[in-house]
Amino acid sequence: MKELLKQLDKAFENKVRLGVMSALMVNDHLDFNALKELLGVTDGNLASHLKSLEKSEYITVEKDFIDRKPNTKYSASEQGKEAFKAHIKAIEKLLE
Amino acid sequence: MTKYFILTPIKIWKFKSNCITLNHKVLFMSEKEKYLQDLKEIKDMMSRSSKFISLSGLSGISAGVIALIGAFLAYRFVYTDQLFLGYRSITLTQDKALILIGLALAVVTLALAFGVYFTGKAAKQKQQSLWNEQSKRLLINLFIPLITGGLLCLILLSKGFIGMVAPLTLIFYGLALVNASKYTLTDIRSLGLIEIALGLVSIYFIGYGLLFWAIGFGVLHIIYGIVMKIKYGA
Repeated sequence: MKELLKQLDKAFENKVRLGVMSALMVNDHLDFNALKELLGVTDGNLASHLKSLEKSEYITVEKDFIDRKPNTKYSASEQGKEAFKAHIKAIEKLLE
Repeated sequence: MTKYFILTPIKIWKFKSNCITLNHKVLFMSEKEKYLQDLKEIKDMMSRSSKFISLSGLSGISAGVIALIGAFLAYRFVYTDQLFLGYRSITLTQDKALILIGLALAVVTLALAFGVYFTGKAAKQKQQSLWNEQSKRLLINLFIPLITGGLLCLILLSKGFIGMVAPLTLIFYGLALVNASKYTLTDIRSLGLIEIALGLVSIYFIGYGLLFWAIGFGVLHIIYGIVMKIKYGA
C-alpha cells in the first residue's frame, strides 16, 4: 500500500497541474489563454502552476509573437508524458 | 513448554498484521474516492480540451426542417409538370440552374445561422466558448472535404451533370462529418457514415437525387437532432 502511494507523482497532487497535464496529453500544444479558459483559474494561479511544471521539466514553453502580441505555447515534454502515464498507472493500481 | 513458545509469537504476529490491514483499509477508502475523482477530472479535461462537445440537438433539427422546406421548393420549381415523386430526367436552363444554386445557398446560410445560434446557447450551458481552439479545429476539418465537394458540384453543374450533384453533396458531407467527428461528439461519425452510404445508393438510383437529398439532409438531421437532444440535453 505504502509502496503504491509512493509511486504517485507529487507534481500531480494539485488539481490545476493535473488539469494542465491532462489537456497537454491530448493536444500538441495549447496557449496560456486556452489553458485558462479550460481550467477556469486566474492568471496568477495558472502561471505559478505552469512555472512549477516547467521547473520539473514536465512541460516545455515556447514563446513567439502573433501580430506582435506575445503568445506562449505550452506542450508536454517526453518526460512529462512518461510521468503522467506512470501516475495514472499508480492510481489504477490503487483502485484495483 | 516449547509448544507454547512457538505458538505465541505467531498469534501476536497475526493480530498485528490484521491491525495493519485494517488501518490501511480505512486510509484506502477516502484515498480511493479522491483518486476516482482525479481520474474523472482527467478524462473530462482530455475530452473538453481536444473536442468541441457543445453540439446542439436543436441545430440539427432546425437544419433538417430548413433542408426539407428547401427540397420541397426545389421540387416544385424543377418539376412543374408532374406532381409525384419518382424517376425524372431533367434539363435545366441556365436561369433555372442559377435559381437552384441560389436556393441551395439560402438553405445552407439559414441552416448555419440557426446552427450557430443554438450551438452558442449549448456552449454557454457547458461553459465552453463558441469560438475556441476546439471549434476552430472542428470547422477546419469539416470544411476541407465540404468545400472540395462544393467546388466539384459547381464544376459538374457547369458541365451539365445535374444528376450527380445531389448524391455527391451527400457523399462529401458524409466524408466531412467523419473527418470532423474526431474533434467532437462521436455520434457525428455514424451520421457521416450513413450520409456516405445514402449518397452512394443515390448515385446508383440517379434519378431520385432530390428524394435522397431530402432524406439525408432533412430527415436524418431531424432524427439525429432529436437523439442528441435526448442524450445530451442541449
